[in-house]
Amino acid sequence: MSYLELRDISKIYGEGAAEVLALQRVDLSVDAGSLVAVMGASGSGKSTLLTIAGSLEDPTRGEVYVGGRALSSLSRNGKAQLRRQSIGYVFQDYNLLAGLSAVENVSLPLELDGVGARKAQLAAMESLDDFGLKDRASHYPDQLSGGERQRVAIARAVVGGRQLLLADEPSGALDSTNAESVMRLILAACHRGMAAVVATHDAQLASWADRVIFLRDGRIVDQTLPVDSPEAILANLPNQ
Amino acid sequence: MSVRHALLALLSEGPKYGLQLRQEFEARTGEVWPLNVGQVYTTLQRLEREGLVESEDLVDEGRQKGFHITEEGEVELTKWLRTPPDFSSPPRDELVIKVLVAFELPGVDVHDLIQVHRRYLVELMQQWTRLKEDESRLDLQFALVVDAEIFRLDSLVRWLDTADGRLKRAVAGVDEPAPKSFPLPKARRKVGAPE
Repeated sequence: MSYLELRDISKIYGEGAAEVLALQRVDLSVDAGSLVAVMGASGSGKSTLLTIAGSLEDPTRGEVYVGGRALSSLSRNGKAQLRRQSIGYVFQDYNLLAGLSAVENVSLPLELDGVGARKAQLAAMESLDDFGLKDRASHYPDQLSGGERQRVAIARAVVGGRQLLLADEPSGALDSTNAESVMRLILAACHRGMAAVVATHDAQLASWADRVIFLRDGRIVDQTLPVDSPEAILANLPNQ
Repeated sequence: MSVRHALLALLSEGPKYGLQLRQEFEARTGEVWPLNVGQVYTTLQRLEREGLVESEDLVDEGRQKGFHITEEGEVELTKWLRTPPDFSSPPRDELVIKVLVAFELPGVDVHDLIQVHRRYLVELMQQWTRLKEDESRLDLQFALVVDAEIFRLDSLVRWLDTADGRLKRAVAGVDEPAPKSFPLPKARRKVGAPE
């Protein structure tokens, strides 16, 4: 059952001679529990696809469904509520609030959504604990390493039983070990039932996904076939 | 891959039998490169002829032939370990050649062709990455081999991405970004051209 569905999405920025076609007739569906990576060069439309999927921007044409609901049928407030309750975002630069501790950063979206401070705090601690960050709960972002900051950002994106995770170059500023642990966490969130879309130009990150979509000039030009079992690759090894 | 030097390395730890060498070789290389017993013995015979190992009948272990490394063998092993493999000239890489050839061919969309190869490489990377998912089966040696393979495939994908962009800019007539303050060398030798 697809949790996120993009149907015939186009997005045009600007007008007349300055018109830029950022996305052209994109169809994409992402099941609950599955991880889809979107690969493409910069300017290929990856970020636009994510902002439209996350209702941060409206498409010029087409319809986005999140959890079966058409975004065009929702009011501004309805969309804001959907974003707070169902969608988690992870960005390259973490977007943590500098004046808040790790646990406050994670509990903030719950509190904004009307959850009581105590309950939100508990849920945030639980989420940080899941990501091995319990002992960092009272640290402020500038007291955390890059890898820890991104883990806090992921904890914030999944807290409170959200169902859609959207990540834009989530490991852009991290070394390969931290990048790998970011992808492991995102995958773990998918195993718990979230649908996730990760936009990246990095094939190593993309290769954690169940399916990789390739964007070029705003169009989906290709996608990977379902992954064979790992044993297949071992069986193919040449005999010396 | 140098089986002979790998065997020398194993023998530098102490005398061993052929069968044991095969098992240890496979374990130490993450069981990614299987080795048959015949190959182990042929290699050992060659090493013995070169004076790098000597055979011995280990009496208390039955009739199996054991091998130990000689002093010359130790020297050869040290030399091999510290000698970088020859990366000095570009290999005749089939993927690179396909893309270079395709670019000049009428009726071939080089960007579509690049995508065919990119997708295949990413699919392979997905398979290798699946092996990493289950950390319980990932012993240290195997993890190192998997990393090496993923990085190798990744470097090819990056090259394809770069080639894709470079060819697109070239066709569009967009100049390559080059710092103007640096003088270009007068004559650039083509790779592979005679000196």
